[in-house]
Amino acid sequence: MKVSSRVVVIPQENIDTDQIIPARFLKVTDKAGLGANLFADRPDFRALIGSGSQVLVAGNNFGCGSSREHAPWALVDFGFRAVISTSFADIFRQNSLKNRLLPIIVDAKTHSLLQPGTSVTIDLATQTLSIENGPSVSFPIDSFSKTCILEGLDEIGYILKHDSAIKLFEAQTA
Amino acid sequence: MKTLYDKIWDSHVVVPETDAPAILYIDVHLIHEVTTPQAFTGLRKRGLRVRRTDKTFATMDHSIPTTSRSLSGFDEMAANQVRTLAANCAEFGVPIFDLNSPKQGIVHIIGPELGLTQPGRTLVCGDSHTSTHGAFGALAHGIGTSEVEMVLATQCLLQRKSKNFLVNFEGRLQAGVTAKDMILALIGKLGTGGGTGSVFEFAGSAIRALDMDARMTICNMSIEGGARAGLIAPDDTTFQYLAGREFSPKGEAWDEAVARWRQLPSDDGAHFDKNVTIDVGSLEPMITYGTNPAMSIPISGRVPRPENDADAAALKYMALEPGQALAGHPIDVVFIGSCTNSRLSDLRSAAGVMQGRKVNPRVRMLVVPGSYEVKRQAEAEGLDRIFKEAGAEWREAGCSMCIAMNGDAVPAGKVSVSTSNRNFEGRQGKGARTLLASPLTAAASAVEGRVADPRRLA
Repeated sequence: MKVSSRVVVIPQENIDTDQIIPARFLKVTDKAGLGANLFADRPDFRALIGSGSQVLVAGNNFGCGSSREHAPWALVDFGFRAVISTSFADIFRQNSLKNRLLPIIVDAKTHSLLQPGTSVTIDLATQTLSIENGPSVSFPIDSFSKTCILEGLDEIGYILKHDSAIKLFEAQTA
Repeated sequence: MKTLYDKIWDSHVVVPETDAPAILYIDVHLIHEVTTPQAFTGLRKRGLRVRRTDKTFATMDHSIPTTSRSLSGFDEMAANQVRTLAANCAEFGVPIFDLNSPKQGIVHIIGPELGLTQPGRTLVCGDSHTSTHGAFGALAHGIGTSEVEMVLATQCLLQRKSKNFLVNFEGRLQAGVTAKDMILALIGKLGTGGGTGSVFEFAGSAIRALDMDARMTICNMSIEGGARAGLIAPDDTTFQYLAGREFSPKGEAWDEAVARWRQLPSDDGAHFDKNVTIDVGSLEPMITYGTNPAMSIPISGRVPRPENDADAAALKYMALEPGQALAGHPIDVVFIGSCTNSRLSDLRSAAGVMQGRKVNPRVRMLVVPGSYEVKRQAEAEGLDRIFKEAGAEWREAGCSMCIAMNGDAVPAGKVSVSTSNRNFEGRQGKGARTLLASPLTAAASAVEGRVADPRRLA
């Protein structure tokens, strides 16, 4: 998986899931179309992200707050394929990986190089973020999630392959 | 030597962590209307059933009306979501505590109430405040909808182990200072990302002295400090709470369970990756002034000077000035409720303040019990009469104004003192300005029409 795009930047820390998608949009029963409501109550953020970019750069602790998977659904539906920050909230990071949205952690120095319009290329296979007219840096990512995304491995299918182990566990603890 | 977290983790590993995360067995899965419809759709597409309908329990809480138990005339999208849950549960054979059930309530209130939340268990729910259940020494955390589907299909979760983070609360609380103030003080110290990657274990003399309701308030807000789960070692307080509840073990099984539960506390000398100690003796009632739960001050304090653009933006949103005292700040709404503070003891403490007093005419006060059962008990004690005579609205159980999905919302620009858990921009309604505080502080503020120190009205 490779993503090449100019970045858009929301230079704010602690952007919570209520900012990403307000709760009144969670009354849906499917995933489609949530991008229309991305940052719905933040016209300031909407102005910064414009349209057409696949890479969002945001401040520390992105995605804190609720467990709503609607947050990565909305980002993906809007067209983002990666978010770059210096850290992510745990549940958001997990939810993103399950939707092939790459949560990319960089250090503060690299983060400061990412200005609005900077072109980047993200190569998941080599775990490299290449900044145009700048350095290429490697980023960490959960090895299993990486395999799942690159090889299309299904997590539920993976667990079900261990069905005999689950049955044994259930028999021993019943 | 193991921590409480290590012990629960080890006893639930089906397949150990390698390159892949561990496959962890889940004992209890609580589900609700908002984060499950897409998961059931996924099951249907795969042709899978719910693996353990005896370990899965559904209720309705987030998007339901609290004015009545009827959906007629209610927001059509929300009503459709509620009906979708009922239909999914019927199709897949999952037991449901629906709007007409005496077991209905906020998921994190009814799990403990029914005795489903037990020491040493693993428990998940598609809601970040699942950390609440950790008060019983259960490993409990919020999951996304993909993970809800995973647990429905397999009763397991793919999970990597978190770090152990010990939080010691030592000393004795002063009168008028509560568990809510303890956890707000901790988050203020650590920041909203301080616990990221960790599981908190709350310990120390001040934790041991708390009842179960108060312990749940502490664990509930673990996620506001960034930790997916928070734990408290089970003790006699825990066992007394659980004895005789519907799903608690009975007879000989109870004795065996208690003996097993007594082995759960962290061993002396067990390793913690991080630790912090807070002396609660000097704590005051806490209140937030900004737009995340770490932005709090003692009630006698003043709004701090912004350190960065985000702080400045938060103050602008809240219409507060640096150096301003919060005590005496005019308010418009008081909300007593949510999975943080809607249990019987929360309602009792708020009613204690309201008794013989009136809600200030400028304030709208909403009191929303956490469950049908909490409501029933509160009414049996006459708490509803105290609130209603004071001029507050007494509602049916639900999440209500904490998340403002059901029409219970704070109008734009208005200031709410709320016992809930999040003061994010727009959380209680578009443009709403939320000040998080304890039920005592919220009730005192309702009376005065301004942010009030509850110790003055005691």
